[in-house]
Amino acid sequence: MPSRTVSHGSSGRLRGLFLVMVLVFLEGSVFTLAVASSDQRSPTTAHSGGHKATDHGSHNNTGKAFPVLDLNYENVRVPFEISLWVLLASLMKLGFHLVPHLSNIVPESCLLIVVGLLVGGIIRGTGETVPPVLDSKLFFYILLPPIILDAGYFLPIRPFMENLGTILIFAVVGTLWNAFFVGGLLYGVCQIGTESTSILSRIGLLQCLLFGSIISAVDPVAVLAVFEEIHINELLHILVFGESLLNDAVTVVLYHLFEEFSGIGSVTLLKGFLGVISFFVVALGGVLVGVLYGILAAFTSRFTSHTRVIEPLFVFLYSYMAYLSAEIFHLSGIMALIACGAVMRPYVEANISHKSHTTIKYFLKMWSSVSETLIFIFLGVATVAGPHDWNWTFVTVTVILCLVARVIGVVGLTFIINKFRIVKLTTKDQFIIAYGGLRGAIAFSLGFLLEKEHFPEREIFLTAIITVIFFTVFVQGMTIKPLVELLAVKKKQEAKRSINEEIHTQFLDHLLTGIEDICGHYGHHHWKDKLNRFNKKYVKKCLIAGERSKEPQLIAFYHKMEMKQAIQLVESGGGIKMPSAVPSTVSMQNIQPRPPTKPAAERAIPQLSKNKEEEIRKILRTNLQRTRQRLRSYNRHTLVADPYEDGLSDLLLKKQKMFQIEKKLKEMNTYLTVPAPPPDSPTMCRARLASDPQAYSIKPASNKVPMIQVDLASPQSPDSVNLLDEFGQANQQEEEEQGLMMKPPSRPREAKKPGEEDEAKDQQKLMRCLSDPGPSADEDEDGAFLP
Amino acid sequence: MGALQSLPGRPEYSDLAEKTGFSFEQIGVLHKRFKQLSHNEETLRRDHFNEIHDLAFNPIRTQIIEAFFDRRNFHQDGEGKVQEIGFEEFVVVMSHFRPPSVHMTEEQREKTRREKLRFLFNMHDTDNDGTITLEEYRHVVEELLSRSGTLEKETAKCIADAAMLEVASISVGHMEPDEFYEGITFEHFLKLLDGFEIESRMTIRFLNMDTTTLCK
Repeated sequence: MPSRTVSHGSSGRLRGLFLVMVLVFLEGSVFTLAVASSDQRSPTTAHSGGHKATDHGSHNNTGKAFPVLDLNYENVRVPFEISLWVLLASLMKLGFHLVPHLSNIVPESCLLIVVGLLVGGIIRGTGETVPPVLDSKLFFYILLPPIILDAGYFLPIRPFMENLGTILIFAVVGTLWNAFFVGGLLYGVCQIGTESTSILSRIGLLQCLLFGSIISAVDPVAVLAVFEEIHINELLHILVFGESLLNDAVTVVLYHLFEEFSGIGSVTLLKGFLGVISFFVVALGGVLVGVLYGILAAFTSRFTSHTRVIEPLFVFLYSYMAYLSAEIFHLSGIMALIACGAVMRPYVEANISHKSHTTIKYFLKMWSSVSETLIFIFLGVATVAGPHDWNWTFVTVTVILCLVARVIGVVGLTFIINKFRIVKLTTKDQFIIAYGGLRGAIAFSLGFLLEKEHFPEREIFLTAIITVIFFTVFVQGMTIKPLVELLAVKKKQEAKRSINEEIHTQFLDHLLTGIEDICGHYGHHHWKDKLNRFNKKYVKKCLIAGERSKEPQLIAFYHKMEMKQAIQLVESGGGIKMPSAVPSTVSMQNIQPRPPTKPAAERAIPQLSKNKEEEIRKILRTNLQRTRQRLRSYNRHTLVADPYEDGLSDLLLKKQKMFQIEKKLKEMNTYLTVPAPPPDSPTMCRARLASDPQAYSIKPASNKVPMIQVDLASPQSPDSVNLLDEFGQANQQEEEEQGLMMKPPSRPREAKKPGEEDEAKDQQKLMRCLSDPGPSADEDEDGAFLP
Repeated sequence: MGALQSLPGRPEYSDLAEKTGFSFEQIGVLHKRFKQLSHNEETLRRDHFNEIHDLAFNPIRTQIIEAFFDRRNFHQDGEGKVQEIGFEEFVVVMSHFRPPSVHMTEEQREKTRREKLRFLFNMHDTDNDGTITLEEYRHVVEELLSRSGTLEKETAKCIADAAMLEVASISVGHMEPDEFYEGITFEHFLKLLDGFEIESRMTIRFLNMDTTTLCK
């Protein structure tokens, strides 16, 4: 996805631009050379190959010198050309952001198409045939899936679900309306407006309808490319984008339907009815396939704790398989991909390590970015290459009809939809939705797929499709940004999600559900709540590993926020300053309730330790992980080492052994002055120990043994303090290596109980974060935490 | 239109309709529901609410029920709690959840926002001192997490602390180390949830159809 690079000053930019231009020229020349030589080389290499075969034994007999430096292009031709194309695409992307002001005026997609035109022109100029790069297979199986997966995986579920009704109506009814309107009127124009001998009048109704269905679908690639840069508010973005994703089902059905009918030539009512049924099958089937693969992926990720390195691979593979499986049955591959990504995401993210999460994110962004760039460049090249048949009437009528149909469709549908919406769509919104209906490469590829035998007017169609695409991408793409400014459409809010908003979102959800229950009608919130409860009770237990299945959303959010702040802090160089949006000097001590007045005797000591404690707290809180760690609640009675990580069973065993040893020690300690009582039955033993008022803890046999903190009773028992110090010592060394965590310089023994447990939790938190050793296993990390 | 004539006590509805903005049909539906909940008595009490089966799963149900009996939600200067409420108060509380009408001026929108946020504020501020203290906020978060299955007082405390810190940072900005932030006042609360779009989020679709026969 396009991102803005930081400008390092105009001179640096110009220099960078110059270098990029040089690179591009070099590459361009290599490329044309390659294309040119690919035709000439083949006979010569074959020839020389033959030569070599015959005289492999002799060296100089035939008089031909041993080839010290030989040129063999044929073998590497295909991968070489692919790499050249990808390199060109990436360099272009790089270059655009170095040219000052260009990226503000012209959207990237336009520039890329122009580049494609140039490259195609150059290739044609050198007299070679332009390679048919936008091959449908390449497009649908290689270039499109990464973009769709990226969109589906990072789909904002909440706004999508809230507006699902609207999106579906636009996608289904809107596309149908567009297809029939354009197709029907085009047929009318072709029949009426031209002479009966012209080629246009020979285009049948079905062909027109097919053309209509190809041209009417809003394209997700184009929408993404343009809308990314204009930053409009979330609602509009999700409406247009959601529509572009979901109309794939309609397009697929209509396309196959009309293709079938055109082939056969007759339409019956039964076939029409079957068409309607097939729509539901295609759409729901696609979603079902996606959901199935999504659940599989989530389930697989539950067991990947030992092989973190290949976690991202599972995500990609399952999604791609979902897409391909849907394509096998002619179901909607795009919907399968979206469903797969959206379904697996919450569960997979709860299971995988932080590094895998980052990997997935960056790989998806990278692939989708390259794909998008390539698609637009290829579109330009295909324009130069493709067989064209320019027909003024057809093309202009198509363009006009597309626009008109879109506007009428949006306005009409919004009128109906607004009756059911709480947040109505204003005229401005409608305009943006209508104007944002861009067509793109999917339409072209679908047109390309048409067979010449059934569709003699294929070239006319292709030309018209390309014209519409160019028109929407160039004209609408370029003008939408100034129009958004002009109409003062609400922009995307840049503010980050705060914990208060999250709390209140949850609060509102429950509140509204409660009010609905009191009112007595089962609305929106009621069903959402039911689904959430079902999810929590059954699904999460299956698909999420370990204790995290019980983690409420609020806590997960809080944890994520902490991690983000921590990483931000480290990247900004550390320091005591709170990394917050609003610079302020407010800290925890400002909001802590005033402690009740203590008796005079103790005043001196608490005074000192309170300050120190506050300072320590401040340091702890501002530096990294918050003091009370997420994991604490799950690990109240378990080991320090992250129980989600490796070696859990060994640890449990060790723990049991420790438990028994400690029991014996305790007995000896407690009953030191009393003659040893007769050996009790185990139940008596346990009963006596359970009622022991002292905090029950285990003395470590060695420095590195994990501790148990079982605090049944008094918080200030001396045992717990000792425990912590040794624990602290044990991990002091490891801390210094990590660098992600900063330790307070000293830890007083009188630190209150919450302070103690900080360290414990910090370790746990740290462990989870660093538990993934990455490709090069760090022995020390794992070794330190396991005895 | 036939349904209108069969509703008893119609003249009162016009006052209520004007006061709360509901339509006659909606008030009729609500009245039916009121009667159903109160077993045809004149007033509702807390135990009537406790009988609603679906509310049992709600983590904040105590607060929701209390909101119905809170005088501050009935009119501007109310204070304290009541033990039972009549139909009028029921409708007034419900009116806080009405969706905003399409043609609203900017100041009407602002007024609605303040009303809804005031309702939320009252739900949090249980001791009615005009501020949400740290304890009260902690209680809110605890309640939210109470149904999650594990009682995580410490985590709830931590989250509430962080949230409070955020409010203080946003509202006050600069504080000396020995100053004390008393609590979230209503103005701070407004500022905090500024971008929240509460007027459209805190709404229930009040249907005109009578669905009380379909569900309990």
